[in-house]
Amino acid sequence: MSKLIGSIREAIEACGLKDGMTISFHHHMRNGDYVLNMVLDEIAKMGIKNITVNASSVFDTHAPIIDHIKNGVVTGLECNYMGAKVGKAISEGVMENPVIFRSHGGRPSDMEKGTSHIDVAFVAAPTADNRGNMTGKYGKSACGSMGYAFADAYNADKVVCITDNLVEYPVVGFSIPEVYVDHVVVVDKIGEPSGIVSGTTKITKDPVGLKMAQYAAKVVKASGLLKDGFSFQTGAGGATLAAAKYIKEMMLEDNIKGSFGMGGITKYMVEMLNEGCFKALIDVQCFDLDAVESIKNNPNHMEVSASQYAGVNGSAVNSLDVVLLGATQVDLDFNVNVHTDSNGYIMGGSGGHADTAAGSKLAIIIAPLVRARLPLIVDRVTCITTPGHTVDVVVTQRGIAVNPNRPELKEKLVKAGLPVVEIDELKAIAEKITGVPKPIKLDESKVVAKVLYRDGTVIDTIKKVVTE
Amino acid sequence: MKIVKNAVAGTLESSDAYVQVEPNEAGIEIVLESVVLTQFGDDIKASVMEVLAENEVTNAKVSVNDRGAIDCTIRARVETALKRAQGDL
Repeated sequence: MSKLIGSIREAIEACGLKDGMTISFHHHMRNGDYVLNMVLDEIAKMGIKNITVNASSVFDTHAPIIDHIKNGVVTGLECNYMGAKVGKAISEGVMENPVIFRSHGGRPSDMEKGTSHIDVAFVAAPTADNRGNMTGKYGKSACGSMGYAFADAYNADKVVCITDNLVEYPVVGFSIPEVYVDHVVVVDKIGEPSGIVSGTTKITKDPVGLKMAQYAAKVVKASGLLKDGFSFQTGAGGATLAAAKYIKEMMLEDNIKGSFGMGGITKYMVEMLNEGCFKALIDVQCFDLDAVESIKNNPNHMEVSASQYAGVNGSAVNSLDVVLLGATQVDLDFNVNVHTDSNGYIMGGSGGHADTAAGSKLAIIIAPLVRARLPLIVDRVTCITTPGHTVDVVVTQRGIAVNPNRPELKEKLVKAGLPVVEIDELKAIAEKITGVPKPIKLDESKVVAKVLYRDGTVIDTIKKVVTE
Repeated sequence: MKIVKNAVAGTLESSDAYVQVEPNEAGIEIVLESVVLTQFGDDIKASVMEVLAENEVTNAKVSVNDRGAIDCTIRARVETALKRAQGDL
């Protein structure tokens, strides 16, 4: 039976959306997404208030949500990542209730446990049929994997599929099956395909970045994990991609047959798959169009849900050997912050950071020792995204610090001739260049965001910034 | 050193500073914008004052748009702008 309905407004009415309910969105259209804004505008026009938005990520393109917050349409916001534009407004206290941050694994796990309830999920679908089978692999707005949308579709009370490419039943190779879907709406455009490509999916040419990448690759080799069956995840940052390139070269040279590459997938990971470095790619989200093409055509490039990727009760992160991650701050206890910038403004979030650090055998942070006069290493991070006991190594261009809870690893790195130093030495080297920064002032009485660790416990809170 | 004309030095690239020097009637005026104002604002002002004193500049308006430059960069940019403003370079 067809589930087609005439408009977003009719779908909202049919779902019985009321004041105080929670709605959800996935972020596979990334900074090109139209759906979140379209739905919120409609909700505002209908006079519905007091809505909580649970979006797997909030990008700059979602800045209109700030007005919906000011008007009382949106009074709660939950996400795994928040771009700087909305982050600034939240940091300055635009919303009364604190934002709830989760990780990519924590979000679906909390839905499964029932601690995070979704009344209506609005799922942007690059291709769908009239009964709600959907996939991200085809269509003018193709995004590849729809990994983050599975939890919403499986767990929400009502599910609305919003597509700009309705095809004849059934969608071949669907991701989310019709059984979870209540209504299907066709719109002109669900997003801007160029917006799904992350701005950072290019290998760095910066000599500092390349040096860090070389160190990181040597750390992986020295760890002893780089052998047949190797599994690996890297983000889309320029230096981590460069490290992936060096690791690929080592794998090809020594004829190492890895098990899987995982994560947000870029063309560099696709190349590693195609050149035989891995048996498979485990893909929760595609970062570029090469990844979208690959997941469509190569059966070894597998789409997985966020739950299978990083969920708390056993997921692929637990089978991961090595993950390369970034950081805005690292402290003397190896805690990592990727939520706030050096002035305390929200400009990020865990994504899979905390999940992969916890699950992997070797979690490597790569970051420059100094950025714009600010030392990477601080006494205490402004916000704990990822707890220090799950972080193994911090690689900078001036030296490599190993977590004291990994003495055997430290020994291996020293033996390999790598420049291993204590973390407080790294801090001292940086401060010799920059001077000692004065602490920033935050309004300790006003919490603007709570950060939930992947198990659902509050790991830290983010305070309101003090504006002049 | 006497400041006789407007001059600039530096860039707005990250980790650099853009310094403008202008003649001033009475005394020193410093205008500072910085991405690390909270952390290093006082240090930057002190360094600018030191460079002015070293060059015996008593009347000048100095505007610094700092993008996270380290101290030696700040000092070098100010010094160059001062030299350009007196007509030597």
